[in-house]
Amino acid sequence: MTRLTFRFFTSAVLAATSGCASNRAPLPVPSPAGASIALPAVKWTEQQRVNHVLNRLAYGPSPDDLELIQRMGVAAWIDRQMHPDWIPDDAVMLKLRALPTLTLSTAELYARFPPIQVQARLAGLNPANSDDRETLLQAIPKEDLPRQIPIELIAAKLIRAVESKRQLQEVLVDFWFNHFNVSVDKGQVKWMVTSYERDAIRPHVFGTFRELLGATAHHPAMLFYLDNWQSSRELPDAKQGHARPGGRMGLNENYARELLELHTMGVNGGYTQTDVREVARCFTGWSIDMPRYIGDFVYRDRMHDKNSKIVLGTFIAPRGGQDDGERILDLLATHPSTARFIATKLIRKFVSDEPPASLVEKVARVFLDTGGQLPSMYVAIFSSPEFWSDGSYAAKTKTPLEYAVSAVRALGGTTSGEPPFAGAIERMGEPLYRSQPPTGFPESAEAWVNAGAVVSRINFGLALAANRVPGTKVDVPRYIKPTQSSDERVNALATAILGRAPEESTRNTLRQAVASASGEGAHGQQRPADPMILAGLLLGSPEFQKQ
Amino acid sequence: MKVDRRFFLKSSGLAMLGLGFAPGFLSRAVAARTAANKKILLAVFQRGGADGLSMVPPVGDPEYYALRPTLAIARPGEGEGAALKLDDTFGLHPALSSLAPLYEAGALAIVHAVGSPKPTRSHFDAQDFMEGGIPGALAPDGWLNRALQNEAANDPRAFRAVALQSNLPRSLFGSAPAVAMGSVAEFKLRTGRLSDAGARSFEALYASAVDVALRNTGNETFEALRLLEKAKLDEMPVQHGADYPNSPLGRRLQDVARLIRADIGLEVAATDCGGWDTHVGQGAAQGQLAARLKELGDSLAAFAVDLGDSMADVCVVTMTEFGRTVRENGNRGTDHGTASLMFVMGGGVRGRRVIGQWRGLREPNLFEGRDLAMATDFRAVLSEILASHLGISRLAPVFPGFDASKASLHLFNA
Repeated sequence: MTRLTFRFFTSAVLAATSGCASNRAPLPVPSPAGASIALPAVKWTEQQRVNHVLNRLAYGPSPDDLELIQRMGVAAWIDRQMHPDWIPDDAVMLKLRALPTLTLSTAELYARFPPIQVQARLAGLNPANSDDRETLLQAIPKEDLPRQIPIELIAAKLIRAVESKRQLQEVLVDFWFNHFNVSVDKGQVKWMVTSYERDAIRPHVFGTFRELLGATAHHPAMLFYLDNWQSSRELPDAKQGHARPGGRMGLNENYARELLELHTMGVNGGYTQTDVREVARCFTGWSIDMPRYIGDFVYRDRMHDKNSKIVLGTFIAPRGGQDDGERILDLLATHPSTARFIATKLIRKFVSDEPPASLVEKVARVFLDTGGQLPSMYVAIFSSPEFWSDGSYAAKTKTPLEYAVSAVRALGGTTSGEPPFAGAIERMGEPLYRSQPPTGFPESAEAWVNAGAVVSRINFGLALAANRVPGTKVDVPRYIKPTQSSDERVNALATAILGRAPEESTRNTLRQAVASASGEGAHGQQRPADPMILAGLLLGSPEFQKQ
Repeated sequence: MKVDRRFFLKSSGLAMLGLGFAPGFLSRAVAARTAANKKILLAVFQRGGADGLSMVPPVGDPEYYALRPTLAIARPGEGEGAALKLDDTFGLHPALSSLAPLYEAGALAIVHAVGSPKPTRSHFDAQDFMEGGIPGALAPDGWLNRALQNEAANDPRAFRAVALQSNLPRSLFGSAPAVAMGSVAEFKLRTGRLSDAGARSFEALYASAVDVALRNTGNETFEALRLLEKAKLDEMPVQHGADYPNSPLGRRLQDVARLIRADIGLEVAATDCGGWDTHVGQGAAQGQLAARLKELGDSLAAFAVDLGDSMADVCVVTMTEFGRTVRENGNRGTDHGTASLMFVMGGGVRGRRVIGQWRGLREPNLFEGRDLAMATDFRAVLSEILASHLGISRLAPVFPGFDASKASLHLFNA
């Protein structure tokens, strides 16, 4: 206990000095020894149970997490992951301190990385002129360009995914960011997205759905991405289609529609086009203070539609002001369609591309009964027979991020998150933080399994195993001994990477490949198999694409 | 008996050689397809809901100018940034001016007010329904894939259906093989010291994969890799001085042209381009939307120039999931609407026409009082292209429940 307290202290200090702590909930009191999650009995081997949990609740097995979960048991490991503040993560926090933008506010980021147009004006150049633009881009040091913001954000994401001890938290931050997607490719979002993930998503992934929903609804990144910041009451004559020339007042229904369709009720959740308009009217005035310089949330009463509205049959009285939006969020966060939609998405993420109806009903019920307590939903999923069913084991295909990160972890690797790593993930189809549509990246296999992606995955595996991904280092030799024969090496590496001994056909294929690559030694003797090549083949194999 | 080349190669052990070392008769079999003059279809999806009323503005409709005070494109002849005249009702957005010569030459037809009989204003449903080919319902496979499923395939087959984008679009989901690639240049194994042995090993690993999707994709991948290696597309120069924009769509269409010229069995190609969801600051003759249109028009025009005479065998169709509100919104943008339009371009197209009934933009004629209403079902356009251009006779499985025979638009020269 003493030791734990000490660790809490160090991580809290580190978090505070890195500026992240202010948004985190107070540290919970650790639960008494013993796991509070009850897992169903299952006929799997211990190795299978461990693999399954590390593949789904973490970014795949790493040597450290394997050792830990084997030592403490699967249930206790899950329990601990459900309480990230119990888990010291000092090494990662120290590493993140090399990325100074992570702790800056949007206003600070604007000051540190002024938009090119602003820099051009300061330099007396014309930002609309492409020659002037080019001159400016040449003159500004690379690390002072605004694109440094997503570069550091991506680096942080990859460092955390590979190395954080709080694996479930990182998986959930990715899941919820993707659920409430914004893209750095749209306008000012680039300056806002650091705060969005840090302040609106990360602190709430173990909170309630309503907290997450509210935090994203207020955040300038979302208000900008889905255009709500400009949405205002209709001018009296706009209805006839004669908006004042040059006027910028009027309703924008982009956020309202995606709020209903993608964030809460789902497309078949039972709302109408009229509901979309009414919701948009409720959110008029939810805007951004100086979106190109400050970027804070502001409520502008003069933009707000003060008349009454009816949303999903609920009467919203006139003159509700900013509260209209809050009432809508309350309404949506307790709606049965939302419960089902969120349950379905979580189950698709953690259990199966085809969410079992029985589990959806059960988890949706938990949502409604607990007032949208997310941890209760997670536990309901992780302890369900469906999660532990044979049909679920190794049944999902890894997304590009999951594949690439799990490959680094399997090889006991580390990363600085430098751009070549993210570049490889982009070539597999997942440009991080740049999913243009508000749906975010897809979860199901059909979106990711295709010829070009297979080629990109194979190429990444080969490059990684040979330590040809700059900034990302793996340690293949740790798994073999110099004296081992080729066969022994094949077995050792396959066990390390795939989590089990290889099939006979796989073993033969690998043996032939390394034989032809190594050639014969000076005296007609086979050199033992090159472990880098073996590891590259295993990472690119179909088995490693599954989780 | 139909001899499948993949089966033949595998069973005879020639697979290990790769096509680069294949004996002459195989290369000749590949070359034999040239004589067949097989037709090719390219489908370009504009994701996000492209505003048909800006692409081909109804400049003869006074309502258009009343409803779009800051976004309307000026009437032809009304100064800089005016629409190019197509006919008395319609003009072409000035950013699409590279398509004007194709239109004038009769190689481009425009079908206006195209939509779905079961419209939705959800991007994702609308895209899925359109690419699935079944309005209002989510099909397990896509219309382009189903079009190929019932047709005899020439060999080689790996490149029958290609998507030039990093993910396979829903239109190509299904049992007929289809390859997706971000670019031709990226579609290469980098096996280093392993060289060919690496490719053989991965092929063997994927051939015995437990996961069916990975096994099938593996098969397609390795056959495609062999074909592409032989075709040496990287070294293939652009023809006829075609000037592709240095943009994602420009590069993708250039790759499609290379695949066509390589003559490796391409029948359908698909690609997409985004950025059409213009809720804010859409712009008129210049601006956000104009920039997207310029990329689209210049890419399509360069594609046609590049292919030259080969364009006689190629048809290009553009589509988008829905159009946008007829009235501009409060942010000089437009919200999700209903009908938009399709370009149909190619050798056999009976072009220089804006096709489809035009009811005008007066409020009673709008869908739900706000959107351009559908005049032509998107399936009518696609059916006719499949039948008249690709020669696909069985359309019922492609668009279940749609009677294509009643909907002829006479898109093609007889």
